[in-house]
Amino acid sequence: MNSATVRNLLVRGMLAGLAAGALALVVAYLLGEPNVDQAISFEEAHSHEHEMEVVSRSLQSTAGLATGVLVYGVAFGGIAALAYAFALGRVGRFTPRATALLLSGCALVAVYLVPFLKYPANPPSVGNPDTIGKRTTLYFLMMLLSVLLAIAATLLGKRLAPNLGTWWATVIALAAFGVAVGLAYAFLPAINEVPKTFPATLLWRFRLSALAIQASLWGGFGLLFGELAERLLNPKPVTAGGARAVPAAH
Amino acid sequence: MAQTVAQPTATTPALPAKLPLKAIAPWAVFFGILMLVLLYFVGAEQGATSVFNGTGVHEWVHDARHLLGFPCH
Repeated sequence: MNSATVRNLLVRGMLAGLAAGALALVVAYLLGEPNVDQAISFEEAHSHEHEMEVVSRSLQSTAGLATGVLVYGVAFGGIAALAYAFALGRVGRFTPRATALLLSGCALVAVYLVPFLKYPANPPSVGNPDTIGKRTTLYFLMMLLSVLLAIAATLLGKRLAPNLGTWWATVIALAAFGVAVGLAYAFLPAINEVPKTFPATLLWRFRLSALAIQASLWGGFGLLFGELAERLLNPKPVTAGGARAVPAAH
Repeated sequence: MAQTVAQPTATTPALPAKLPLKAIAPWAVFFGILMLVLLYFVGAEQGATSVFNGTGVHEWVHDARHLLGFPCH
């Protein structure tokens, strides 16, 4: 019945992703949208051509934002649940709940933070439309590279652990990840398309709000999915002094 | 010192069993691809590449794309 366990984890992952997406949506609406609006005001004040509005601003900042963030949450929730099914019992001596939070933290770093530090989120009016192809390729390449390097670092840590102990194996794996990411940063081309007069404080606040959205998404996902996975895999609650249920694969 | 004697049953957490790869693979392939397609439509459709004509999808998820860190336009 292991296949059913994977299915149950996947369903819970997508639901937890939806809930975490809702949390991130609140953060995006309250912290992010004011910055998007200000950036668009800047764009309109400095642009000579006026584009026709396909979707109104009021829809983009509400229903459109909700669609994007919630679908993003569900999609990454599903992918994280599948990664979790694989990581469970394979990464170290962690309970289901701890494994979920650990995986979620790694996902935040590998999927978002590492690509963000090289190619950070940009508000409207930052970015030349002619280079969208190059920027998209580089961003997804950096994301893919970062995830692969994180997996490689995990495998390296697992390989070193029997000889060096868990502590030093983890330290060396993290250091190797840092060096590899640094090399990628050094060799991939830099992108700077911020207009000269774009307010620096607005750019900073926009990027901070983008980070806050991801932190709430992955933090919320790790805690919620961990709880759901713990209840699925260890159904009986802990009683004082009592034995804990053996994880049942059902 | 009144240190408590180790109580293995209470202090050793139940560690999860590994799920066999054969059980994960079909779900991972099918749903993994489905989830990546969803991410593509939120993050990149009608930017560098287009499946559908026009700019409707791009404009609809415009704010999410900026705030989630994807290159937008």
